[in-house]
This record gives sequence, C-alpha cells and structure tokens, in this order.
Amino acid sequence: MPASFDDFFFTYQALIYGVGVNGLLALSMYVVLAIGQLSLGQAAFMGIGAYVSALLTVKLEAPFAVALGAGMLAPALAAAIIGVPTLRLSGVYLALATIGLGEVLRIFYLNSETAGGALGLPGIPQQGGAWLIYLCLAIALFVFMAIGRSRIGRAMEAMREDETAASVMGVNVPLYRFGALVASAVLAGLAGALSADVSSFIGPNEYGFDQAVTILSYALLGGIGSPFGPVLGAIILTLLPELLRPLHDFRFVVNGLIIVIAVLYMPRGLLAWRFRRIGPAGEARP
Amino acid sequence: MLAQQLANGIVAGSTYALFALGFTLMFGVLRVINLTYGFYFSAGAFLALYLTAAGAPVWFALPLASILIGFGAILLDALLLTRLRRARAPELASLMVTLGATLLLYSTATAIFGTDIRRFPPAVFEGGAFEIAGVRLTLSQFLIVATAAASVAVLLFVMQGTRIGLAIRALAENSDATQLMGVNAGAVMRLVSFISGSLGALAGILVGLNYNAIQPYMGEAMMLKGFAVIILGGLGDIRGALIAGLAVGLLESLTAGYAASTWKDAVGFVLLVLTLWVRPAGLFGRAPVRRA
Repeated sequence: MPASFDDFFFTYQALIYGVGVNGLLALSMYVVLAIGQLSLGQAAFMGIGAYVSALLTVKLEAPFAVALGAGMLAPALAAAIIGVPTLRLSGVYLALATIGLGEVLRIFYLNSETAGGALGLPGIPQQGGAWLIYLCLAIALFVFMAIGRSRIGRAMEAMREDETAASVMGVNVPLYRFGALVASAVLAGLAGALSADVSSFIGPNEYGFDQAVTILSYALLGGIGSPFGPVLGAIILTLLPELLRPLHDFRFVVNGLIIVIAVLYMPRGLLAWRFRRIGPAGEARP
Repeated sequence: MLAQQLANGIVAGSTYALFALGFTLMFGVLRVINLTYGFYFSAGAFLALYLTAAGAPVWFALPLASILIGFGAILLDALLLTRLRRARAPELASLMVTLGATLLLYSTATAIFGTDIRRFPPAVFEGGAFEIAGVRLTLSQFLIVATAAASVAVLLFVMQGTRIGLAIRALAENSDATQLMGVNAGAVMRLVSFISGSLGALAGILVGLNYNAIQPYMGEAMMLKGFAVIILGGLGDIRGALIAGLAVGLLESLTAGYAASTWKDAVGFVLLVLTLWVRPAGLFGRAPVRRA
C-alpha cells in the first residue's frame, strides 16, 4: 500500500467510517419507508446495537462475532416489543411509539453504571474496521436489490402504493410490516455495533432525536425508488458538511429543510435517481 | 408527604393535559400529527420572556405571547400542510414534513439563542406560596391548574354547545360533506390551528414561569410526554387528554417519590407502549383506531 494512501486513510478515517455506517443506517430507514411505514427509532436501535456490542466486548470480553450478533438481535427485540401492537393500526402509531424510544434509552444509559453513565463507554478495541463496514453495506445493498426484483419486493411496492389494495390482493400486510421493522432494527443495530467498533468510544447523547431525523433525511434526499438512493443520500449528507465547513454548524437545519422540500415538492427524492424502472407519477411518495 | 406528592403530580399533570389538549384537537380535526406543535411550547415561553424583558406587564405579556403563537401556528400549517392536504397525501407524509420542520425550527432557534437556560427577569412574577392542609402550592402552580381546568371547560363548551363547535366536529367527522353543508372548511381549520397553537404556547409559558428555566429544546421533552398522553387518552379525545395528562403527571410524581426520580421521565413512554398493547383506542376507547 503506497504511503500516500495510508496518509489519506488516516486523515479521513472518521469520514470513511461515517459514510459506511450512515449508508447502513439509510438502508435501515429504506426498508420501512419502502412499505409505506415510518419508524423514527432508527437512532435508538443504532444505540442499542452500539451499547450491547460494546458492553459485551469490553465487560465480558465476548468474541467479536457474538458481540455483533447480539448487537443486531437486541434492537430487533426492542422493535418487536414496540412494534407488534401497532402492526394492525394506522402507521401513525408506529411513528409515535418509536419517536420516544431514543429519549427513554438516553435516560437509561445516563443512569446505568454498567453503561458508563454520562461519561459513556471508552476503550472499545477495534476488531473489524472499514472493510467490514463496507462489506456489510455491499451485502445489504445486494440483498435489497435481489429482493426488489422478487415477489417480496413487488408486495412491498404494492403496500407502499395502497395498503388496502395490497391486502386484498393477498399480501399479508401485518407480516410484511413486522418483517420490515425487524429488518430495519437489525440493520440499524449492525450499524451501531460497527460504529462502536471503529470509534473506540460511545456516549449516551449520540442516538437522540437529531440523529433519528438525520437518518430520515438521508433516505428522503436519495429517494426510496431504489436502495441506492438512500445510500447516496447518506454519502452526500455525510461528506457535504465536511467539505463546506461553514455548513457544519447548520447541518441539522439543512437536514430538516431537505425533509420538508423532499416531502412537499420531490416525493421521489431530491436526487430522482431510479435504478430499476420509472413508475407512474407520484409513485414513490412515502 | 403523600398529599404533597399528589399535589405536585396534579400540577405536572395539568401542564401535560393543557399541552396535550391542543395536540389532540389538532389531530382530531385536521387529521395530522403536527410535530411542530412542541415548538409552539418553546416559542411561547421565549416570546413571553422577551415581552416581559421589554417591560410589558406580565398579565399582558402572557396572553399576548399565546395569541401571537396561535397566529404563527396558522402560518406554519398553511406553509407545510396546504399542499399535502390538496393532494390528499397519506398522513405519514404530513407527519414527516412537520418532523423535518421541527428539526429545522429547533436547530435554528438553538443557533440564535444557544442552549443556555434563560430566566424571567426577577420580580416579574411575585407569587409567594400558600398552604392548604399541609400542601404547599406556589401562585404559578395554582395558575397552571386553574388555566388547565378553565381551558378544558371552555374547549368542551365550545365543542359541544356552539355552532362553531358543531362545525369543528363535523369537519373532524367528514370534511367533504361538511363543506357541502356550507361550512368554510379553510376558516375552521385556521381556527383549530390557532386554538391549538395558543394552547401549546400557553402551556410553555406557564411551565417556563413555574420552573423559571427556558431553553429552545424544552418543547421536545414535553412533546414526548404529549405523545404518551394523547395515545393513552385516545387520539383526538379531549376528555381523554385531560384524564391521561393527570394520570401521567400523578404516576410520574409517585415514581419520583417512591421509586427513583431518574425514572420519572420513562413513565410516559412505558404507559404509551402498554396502551398500544392493551388498549390502542385509549382509556375510553372512543378514539377511532384506524386499522390498516
């Protein structure tokens, strides 16, 4: 490896990790939006994944694979507890139930001695690295591409268009809702576990409301016409504040604005970039 | 000790009820979860703070701030939701757009005002406290309970006993049919936005006065309680919001008194999840639980 590449990697290390992790988070948002639902618990699920895997690694010295697995399983459990009763209700209930999860968990992390309280958890050894993050991102993208062309993908698209019609056509709506929610929690948990692995430190305030809305802005910037849209949105919104330093302080303002503009004027995403095929007008409105 | 805990619970519960009142009304009639609602809470407190700092007497500044935020709510509703309403977009689209606007508003407010805690100028609200049967209440706490009770009473009277209330209820029931009956739906919607915006601001002003600690994100914490209250009370149910608000306040106060004060803020969320499992239509089961 040439020295210049090493320098480059070292300088932009955090950014390289950030792009991959945020790409995974954007995909975790995509799964739910793709069936016309909205979960605002992505940041909380990420936090659960980060804390569970970091605690297992630091306190119990569990093998890395076990820590990663638990970091995906735990948020899925949390998602099931919150999500299952909303499966047959209007989508508003899932959104409202998940939006509060992050704050409650923040209180929990802050007051739990095991979780390090306000100081967070330092000294997490790096066992994976950038390659693992991007491998996971590539696998997730590939799986979503494959699903998109299958029976499942068609059913998801039908649900996004019109849930009633989809259920009349024989789509098991509650089952799909459950599957999407669990898959999204698993992905967000994986992103959290991987980010904890590469950042050596996690704190209680990183998984709150701002982060949850930011994850949504990735998906809406890219549009949910294909799984590549949200990932592209995540890449842009992670790099942009670094390239334009003055933008850094206002990045949440920008993220909020993107959501407003995307929903009102560009329901296909600000980057109306469709990979597969062009649908009828208004098709991708979440 | 128990009596004081209960009194504190009722005061906190009254603020939740007052706050949730406007939120649930907005959902019941306009059919949107408007997440900017929490911002009215912060904005009301800030506006009242600046008005009193500019020398306005407190009895004038508080209602004025609340009314101004009411007009702000009409403006925000028009900016964010008119287009979606016209397109008959799904309700999650309006939830998302107000979510984006919420982040935008809060981060702008934080950029301007910072996150420092601000206080009303001294001697703005000389309350003093009085004691009834061993329970200490400050004047501002008394004001909170009285305002919440009066707001619920007035709102119920308007909704059930006046023609405007009839129009609002009809709009909540079926907006197309209501317009065909000659009701100016736009005007009624603006009125509802105004009422709920003022209620949200009023709650923020009173809470700001009571704790005398004002910062931009105060509405966000309140919003999380608001979700619990409106789901526990039943989405769109005014009486439900009152009872659920008091219930959350009392349970929080008892948790703080007899378990640990740190878990106080988790009470609302736990109640929310329990409600979804046990009784998604809310306490009284009157709220229409729309099935998928």
